[in-house]
Amino acid sequence: MNERRVVITGIGVVTASGIGIEELFENLCRKHCSIKRIDMFDPSGFACQIAGQLEGFSARKYTPKSYRKAVKVMARDIEIAVAAADLAIRDAGIITRGIDEQNVNIDSSRFGSNIGAGLMCTDLDELGIAVNTSVTDGKFDFKKWGREGMENLTPLWLLKYLPNMLACHVTIIHGAKGPSNTITCGEASGHLAVGEASRVIARGWVDVNIAGGAESKVHPLHLLRQDLLGRLTTTHNDNPTEACRPFDANHSGTVIGEGGGLLLLEDHDRAVNRSARIYAEVVGFGTRCDPNGVNFLNPPSSSALTRAINSALADAQIAPEQVDLVIPHGSGVPAEDVAEAKAIHQALGQHAQNVPVCPLTGSYGNLFAGAGAVALAVAATALYKQTIPPAVNYETPDEACNLNINREPIQKEINYVLSTASSIGGQYAAVVLKKYE
Amino acid sequence: MTRRRVVITGMGCVTPLGHDVESTWSALLAGKSGISKTELFDAETFPSTFSAQVKNFQLPEPLAKSGVHDLAGRQAKFALAAALEAWTQSGLDKSDQYNPDRTGIYLGAGEGSLDFDNFTSLLIDAWNNGKLDTCKWAKLAYERFEIHREQEQEANMVLSHLANQFGIEGPAINILTACAASTQAIGEATMIIRRGDADVMMTGGAHSMIHPYGVTGFNRLNALSTKNDEITTASRPFDLTRDGFVLGEGAGILILEDYEHAKNRGANILAEILGYGSSADAFRITDQDPNGEGAAAGMKAALEDANLKPEQIDYISAHGTSTPQNDTVETKAIKAVFGEFAYKVPISSIKSSLGHLIAAAGVVEAISCVLAIRDQILPATMNLKIPDPQCDLDYIPNEPRKATVRVTMSNSFGFGGQNNTIIIGKI
Repeated sequence: MNERRVVITGIGVVTASGIGIEELFENLCRKHCSIKRIDMFDPSGFACQIAGQLEGFSARKYTPKSYRKAVKVMARDIEIAVAAADLAIRDAGIITRGIDEQNVNIDSSRFGSNIGAGLMCTDLDELGIAVNTSVTDGKFDFKKWGREGMENLTPLWLLKYLPNMLACHVTIIHGAKGPSNTITCGEASGHLAVGEASRVIARGWVDVNIAGGAESKVHPLHLLRQDLLGRLTTTHNDNPTEACRPFDANHSGTVIGEGGGLLLLEDHDRAVNRSARIYAEVVGFGTRCDPNGVNFLNPPSSSALTRAINSALADAQIAPEQVDLVIPHGSGVPAEDVAEAKAIHQALGQHAQNVPVCPLTGSYGNLFAGAGAVALAVAATALYKQTIPPAVNYETPDEACNLNINREPIQKEINYVLSTASSIGGQYAAVVLKKYE
Repeated sequence: MTRRRVVITGMGCVTPLGHDVESTWSALLAGKSGISKTELFDAETFPSTFSAQVKNFQLPEPLAKSGVHDLAGRQAKFALAAALEAWTQSGLDKSDQYNPDRTGIYLGAGEGSLDFDNFTSLLIDAWNNGKLDTCKWAKLAYERFEIHREQEQEANMVLSHLANQFGIEGPAINILTACAASTQAIGEATMIIRRGDADVMMTGGAHSMIHPYGVTGFNRLNALSTKNDEITTASRPFDLTRDGFVLGEGAGILILEDYEHAKNRGANILAEILGYGSSADAFRITDQDPNGEGAAAGMKAALEDANLKPEQIDYISAHGTSTPQNDTVETKAIKAVFGEFAYKVPISSIKSSLGHLIAAAGVVEAISCVLAIRDQILPATMNLKIPDPQCDLDYIPNEPRKATVRVTMSNSFGFGGQNNTIIIGKI
């Protein structure tokens, strides 16, 4: 089939270890960890009290003046996406109406978006103030709530937390009027969004597509849920920088981070015609699901991810031996790390023992719907700089994983990077990026 | 370039008018209303006291005995029942040509509801001096919350249940573009088959926002009808006196299949997906583009994808929410795309009977398009008594109409401006 080539020409990342890809990549290379005790609320009642929080972050700086009052109806997840979009678009040298209304250099109808999102929860104080106006004898009073209590909520309350609002605010700010999608597949969302968005360019529906995801689970309800799932490390409250240790023998769970990333994907010919800087080419995408994923308390299996990787390699038309670097999800949950490692072994065969693998969560935590796009941003930058960053907190190999986890930055020739993702519930995705030549 | 054709070989739905396709369709043609007083919780003093609820629903026996779905969310249970109906109709359950790795799922399924009683009582019990005491909240939350009730709220869990029940192992994606989600899912599932990444796709959507915070959210936006004294006729798309949509719930599932694959296994082909178009308003989070440019762009893109002229469309299943804004904007957009022919093409909104199923709305409307083609009859826009001068097209008021129906268009526009249109034709 005759498909158009898709390249990455802009990157916007927002993580606790760096805002903007230069800062993040530098911090990764010096094995910086930004995980700390949570201070967005008092975490002392929780078994896990640490996270990768964005310090002093607001989307205001990344929002045009005329739209700045809308920031107050953006949940933090949306703010992260808005910031990432601004960074990615500027990085690509594209001028949208949100950057400079007088000098727009993009056809808005050929500009799409696909931004993955998580399940957002209302701010508890915001809802609590309203709920506590409607209490009779210590219990919630529906009659009072219906008559007047609900009026204590801002009229736009619902819109603050709808998952499609990440994409909607970004499209409104930047005038992106092409197809717009919102993928909600947990931690696989970022890879799925980038994969799907690249297909939309490949089939010729848009020339530019902004894709990725963002999420903030630094919230009491999310912290509780992840702990009830048994996924969080609860033994590192006193040494948070050593907490998240994917594929290390002492991995004991994941750590919540907040953040996300957006990639500016572009039709190859358009990028070349405007002499854009090209980070990498998107050459392979595969997705598969595990019918047993619904039993989410059971250890995950590896077969669906293996099939997703096989599918992505076939899509890229490369052999397993051609993969020069793997950026896995690497949540740090022991059973998840083992399943992911097993899938890499099954898909890459002998090559799995040698190929450098670089998990990123040790530095800034698990970004959930925001994780995949940041992983792919780092993958693209590794190809562009021909540099493999090191993993943070990898000291003692977990024999059950048996991967060549990269410990120090390496400069070497790399042509293909494979990145993998999985969701709680059984959806898996793999993306292959190629050095641009 | 020849591209793979994508056909529909199975359909299922659970709606406020019935627990399957045929009962929903016959109730629609009989002009019945699925709207009643809200019974899922006490909404007596809410600005809107009514909704379009799925009544007396229980998981059908073959699904209930699996044991895996007992703790699934309400929307996931609707989706399971709809999927069972669709899967059975497709015959794939008995086919020796079923390949799990070549079968995928692309859903526009909504999130589940919060565990209302526990969640709300915690906000009260851990409230201290105008602020939440998160330490106390955590202590109580560990005692009260149950992980299945929490995890099943994730929108991707609907997909997980379907994959489990039907042994599906191929491409798997859930999207949530508000009210446009299931139409977009059908469109994107079509693209996956066309590209050759799967031979069969289960697609559609499911949603239930009829819970206290869902209704609160829409009431605060002034999006819902408050005609509490005329509830069964409150949803009146294109009528001058319309005042908002009626919140509904339900699910719809289609089995899409590569045409050659369907033909080779002797499947009963119901209709073909001819085109898909998608666009964004990029206007405002609260309002549609008043000129309907975004909506028009989606329709135009779908026509182009189907390689059809506007005059070849025999029926438009409108988004037609019954909000003052949508119905005017949609009318403008149809005129922009269809020109003079806009006055000739019959249009209706089955939301007049079903209410608005949010993420699941589009797929149920797509099913009604397939049935219109099968039975050569167009469902009506009910409760359209007083024409709105700004809505001056043929909306098939109040009575279904016999017609020659070969090609149909179905529109869905999401809150925030994500627009999607699909075109379904006779095979």
